[in-house]
Amino acid sequence: MGKKKEQDTRFSKFGTVSFTSITKVNDFVEYLEQGKVMGTRCKNCGLAFFPPRADCHQCLGSNMEWFEVTGAGRLVTYSKLEYAPVGFGEDLPYAIALLDYGDYKVFGRIAGDVPESEIRVGMEMKTVVNRLPNGQLNYVFQKA
Amino acid sequence: MGKVGIIGVGQSAFVRGYPGSIRELAFEGFKEAMQDAGTTTKDIGASVICSAPEYDKQRSPAGVFAEYLGLTPQPTFYVESLCSSSSMGLRLAYSLIKSGLHDTVAVIGFQKMSEISSAESQERMGRGADIQWESPFGTMMPAYYAMYARAHMEKYGTTPDDLALVRVKAATYGQINEKAVYRKPVTFDMFSDPESPMSGPVASPLRVGDCCANADGSSCVIVANEEKAKAFAEKPVWILGLGAASTSVNLAGRDLFTGLSVAQQAAEQAYKMAGVGPKDIDVAEVHDCFTIAEIMAYENLGFAQPGEGKELIKSKETYKEGSIPVNVDGGLLSKGHPIGATGGSQIRTIVLQLRGEAGDMQVKDPEIGLVHNIGGVGLYGNVTILGR
Repeated sequence: MGKKKEQDTRFSKFGTVSFTSITKVNDFVEYLEQGKVMGTRCKNCGLAFFPPRADCHQCLGSNMEWFEVTGAGRLVTYSKLEYAPVGFGEDLPYAIALLDYGDYKVFGRIAGDVPESEIRVGMEMKTVVNRLPNGQLNYVFQKA
Repeated sequence: MGKVGIIGVGQSAFVRGYPGSIRELAFEGFKEAMQDAGTTTKDIGASVICSAPEYDKQRSPAGVFAEYLGLTPQPTFYVESLCSSSSMGLRLAYSLIKSGLHDTVAVIGFQKMSEISSAESQERMGRGADIQWESPFGTMMPAYYAMYARAHMEKYGTTPDDLALVRVKAATYGQINEKAVYRKPVTFDMFSDPESPMSGPVASPLRVGDCCANADGSSCVIVANEEKAKAFAEKPVWILGLGAASTSVNLAGRDLFTGLSVAQQAAEQAYKMAGVGPKDIDVAEVHDCFTIAEIMAYENLGFAQPGEGKELIKSKETYKEGSIPVNVDGGLLSKGHPIGATGGSQIRTIVLQLRGEAGDMQVKDPEIGLVHNIGGVGLYGNVTILGR
């Protein structure tokens, strides 16, 4: 009987329900634990990726460095859900949204404490780490 | 190289809770298309089976269907591109025939969505997006399309009332389509009536009335080379143009949120191949999984300038008597949207229109028709142009 190989399943902590447990960018979750939302940049050609990737499709390199998503992005669009897929009902209501940071965009949720009446397409928002009631980690958008 | 023609079309009724298994469901659309074409199973050189996976227990449905439909020992293929699977299947059939590998191919689309609950279905459909980076936020199709609706409203002043008009048109024709799942009338006032289910919020700014219904259904399109098409069909309908495109699955990788880039690109390819333009289209089927999707389709197909799609529905130009009739069979909104069967059903509608056999839904003497079929949230786009 050989020793069972340890698997790095940190990514299963991402989001209310994660559908992925093993990825080469598992450190993303480690950074979330530290309060940082990180993307990757190709060390060969400089292309920035969010969400982070392990491999660059532009130069086919796999030599990446992490960078932090900082400052404000512009709200491109959003939708507030009154109905949720299986596994997300406890989170209702919540809004999914997209921020444009110029070099990259970030898809996520708007923080639950931002009133819908204050949400405007085009407004500046920042991306911050959020711990969910079930102990999982994600990130949300707050007014900048 | 000769032309490629459609010699037979069929579909099951689109229903809730089909009382049979998936192979029996597939048989219904297949039988109608085979009888329409006047072909026997010996005439079919290959089959292409199309659906979105994860609704059924059955893995690799192609082999099971080929056996049940009597299409063995001919080769069979399984094609999936979510909601545009059977348009992609038609593209494969076209290339199989053009290559000379096969003379005649049956494209069979199906989906039995009622195997699972509506909330489970939303979860499955949501996983047609980016499961690593988006699904953990609790995404679903209506919310993604709602994000496009919001962006369109912000940029162009499109309103929820404009969207409601699309649903009213769909219901106008759904009532006269005996194969549609939703056959009740829908009025504009229902959208502002809190008592009406149409007005219920789903994902802002979309309401229940803006969303198509899940359904069980099957469709079948029999495709043949020019020689066989002329031999079998009195009125073959020719495939004049085909376009197909894909884009980033994650919205973060996209630049356009007021339209679907895959539809623009697929349309451009199809128009070029057919040697026609938007003004030449006499009747169209577009992928109205949500009302906003039809408005964006008008613009992405060139029926209207960007931002002016709402004017087409307001002026009723996309009604049967208008300058460019769209979805005069009820569309996905009223007909229902059994994922893998939808493209084949759209193709069937246009084929019947071009043959002058669309009954109460018949548009006056159309010569060229177009099918716009989208997979996922604008992840895959197929545009097909057909002519007499």
